[in-house]
Amino acid sequence: MNVALFVPCYVDQFFPQVGVATLELLEKLGCAVTYPTEQTCCGQPMANAGYEHLASGCEMNVQRIFSSFEYVVTPSGSCTVHLREHLPAAHGSRIYEVCEFLTDVLRVKSLAASFPHRIGLHSSCHGLRGLRLASMSEQNEPAFSKPIQLLSLVDGLELVYPERPDECCGFGGTFCVTEEAVSVKMGQDRVDEHLANNVDYIVGSDMSCLMHLQGILRRRKSNTDVLHIAQVLNAYEPA
Amino acid sequence: MNQLDHAAAARQFVADTQRTNWHDETLWWIRQKRDKAAHGLPEWEHLRELASQIKEHTLSKLDQYLEQFEQSAHRNGVEVHWAADANEHNQIVLAILREYGAARIVKSKSMLTEECHLNPFLIKQGIEVVDTDLGERIVQLRQEPPSHIVLPAIHLKKEDVGQTFHQHLGVPAGIIDPKALTEIARQHLREKFVHANVAITGVNFAVAQTGAFVVCTNEGNADLGAHLADVHIACMGIEKVIPAQEHLGVFLRLLTRSATGQPITAYSSHFAKPRPGQRMHIILVDNGRSHQLGRADFRSSLKCIRCGACFNTCPVYRRSGGHSYHTAIAGPIGSVLSPNLDLKKHADLPFASTLCGSCTHVCPVKIDLDKQLWKWRQVIVAAGLAPASKTASMNGLSWLLTSPRLYRLAGRFGRWTLRQFPWLVNHRFNPWYIGREMPLPARKSFGDWYANRGRTN
Repeated sequence: MNVALFVPCYVDQFFPQVGVATLELLEKLGCAVTYPTEQTCCGQPMANAGYEHLASGCEMNVQRIFSSFEYVVTPSGSCTVHLREHLPAAHGSRIYEVCEFLTDVLRVKSLAASFPHRIGLHSSCHGLRGLRLASMSEQNEPAFSKPIQLLSLVDGLELVYPERPDECCGFGGTFCVTEEAVSVKMGQDRVDEHLANNVDYIVGSDMSCLMHLQGILRRRKSNTDVLHIAQVLNAYEPA
Repeated sequence: MNQLDHAAAARQFVADTQRTNWHDETLWWIRQKRDKAAHGLPEWEHLRELASQIKEHTLSKLDQYLEQFEQSAHRNGVEVHWAADANEHNQIVLAILREYGAARIVKSKSMLTEECHLNPFLIKQGIEVVDTDLGERIVQLRQEPPSHIVLPAIHLKKEDVGQTFHQHLGVPAGIIDPKALTEIARQHLREKFVHANVAITGVNFAVAQTGAFVVCTNEGNADLGAHLADVHIACMGIEKVIPAQEHLGVFLRLLTRSATGQPITAYSSHFAKPRPGQRMHIILVDNGRSHQLGRADFRSSLKCIRCGACFNTCPVYRRSGGHSYHTAIAGPIGSVLSPNLDLKKHADLPFASTLCGSCTHVCPVKIDLDKQLWKWRQVIVAAGLAPASKTASMNGLSWLLTSPRLYRLAGRFGRWTLRQFPWLVNHRFNPWYIGREMPLPARKSFGDWYANRGRTN
């Protein structure tokens, strides 16, 4: 299957290992992956801050660069939501967040992955409520979770959940600086719940939330770090 | 009115970590009670859909249902008044009070009268207004606005209430037993109920078909007021009307489960006609609602039944407190309703959210709150009400991110600079750095790695 990889701008600059893991994971699963090098950003930072008009350049880039691919996969729920909502339907509908691509398109039933660590799952809001990657605590609906479905295929992994399973981490795009005090407090509360569970890693499907939580962990000089779910699904660390 | 700043008020609130944790945990506990009640009804999502559709339908024929309600109420012997705005509403109340020579009134909870600032208006006219809802009375004594539409004194602890009663009601200092405090309030309010000649109540639902209206309270204070006084004035926003009696079954089941997790309020009182010798008035208030009805992107905010579920679930509200929203109705719904009333004054509110979307999914009438917050942001920026520095940085960011070549160059330069001179960003004037370490810039971007991949493999 031919797949184009979209790597969010801040992942490209700060967390290239997440792009590498996503690419390797897709290749392991039999995809022929292309990374179009002219890509930049999806436009979400501007649009969510109220500057939708300033996002159109980025959106048109994405549309142009990826128009010839049947599937575009990205390790970000929130970029996916933005592009699905802002590109013409024919373009937007081809963009997949990596977890849903694995469960819904590739229908992955097994992984050659091993990660003998205790991890806490962070449910990022846009993936959860925007893409419906999992059932949400607000709604009266049967429980399901695409990330948990995938993580359950990894050997040796011990998955634990925070007390509030789907509360926002407080990143929120420009919110993290314009409402710095509340943003940090929200992040500290998330981190506290995970640390109370003695996790080695906080794992999620959006690096932006994890970047914020990592900043708080590092300020506390904690031994716990963050990982993108693609890094865990791509890991092979025999116990 | 000058722009106000939610972020600054929130920073002050958060500075008291213990109180913030207590506020957050108390409201989260209420959210959990709501979940238990909602998840206990297999038909919950169906009820929400029904409620949403009934409200959508009613809003689409609002003028007709309001006139039908007026006629029905009139047939029941109720006098109906129309107020275009807050000032007209307050003048109508005053004229009714003057007509009956009333100087002392009791008022049960009504967010509409908060929105219209009725209390300060009447007090200025020499009229004694006593809020009879316990939480409302506490904040009234403290001369504070309510911080939550259902739990007006949720920002206060029992110690604060004891101190307030000591200061204003002359009881000994140091009483913190909730039962004892409630008894003090009960004795104090009883005297007020007995001497009031006019009672004001809010309205939760007004039935167009019958002309009756329903007031929901847990304390029975609306009933005590209305049954003792010679005159009952009910104040309602025009969006409170519903077509028929049978629709009440949908809304009453949703309202309190969403609000507090109770199956129903202790009192759901139906008022249809004045008792012999009593006079009953209803004031229908627009105050910007027709305008909101005309805004395609925001009209569905008028479906709101004021349950407060979006407050309790909002992670920002729980950690910034109702007063940081500087408006009668705080929380996500307040941030959607308030810009309609004064865009400049409330230009900060749609940004007081992470757009996490939890509010949209607890809302019993399915208002897409996070989408509307997003849309208000666009309106506010287009109106030139965003800070100039933010607009400048967004223009710069957009310029960089739109050009692939510029993006790569800036990325390379930026990462190198941050690695060489971390002190450029690691200081207290960088809002990210105040509470967090900066992310570490990668030596090679993903793009660089990919370009070299073929060579190294």
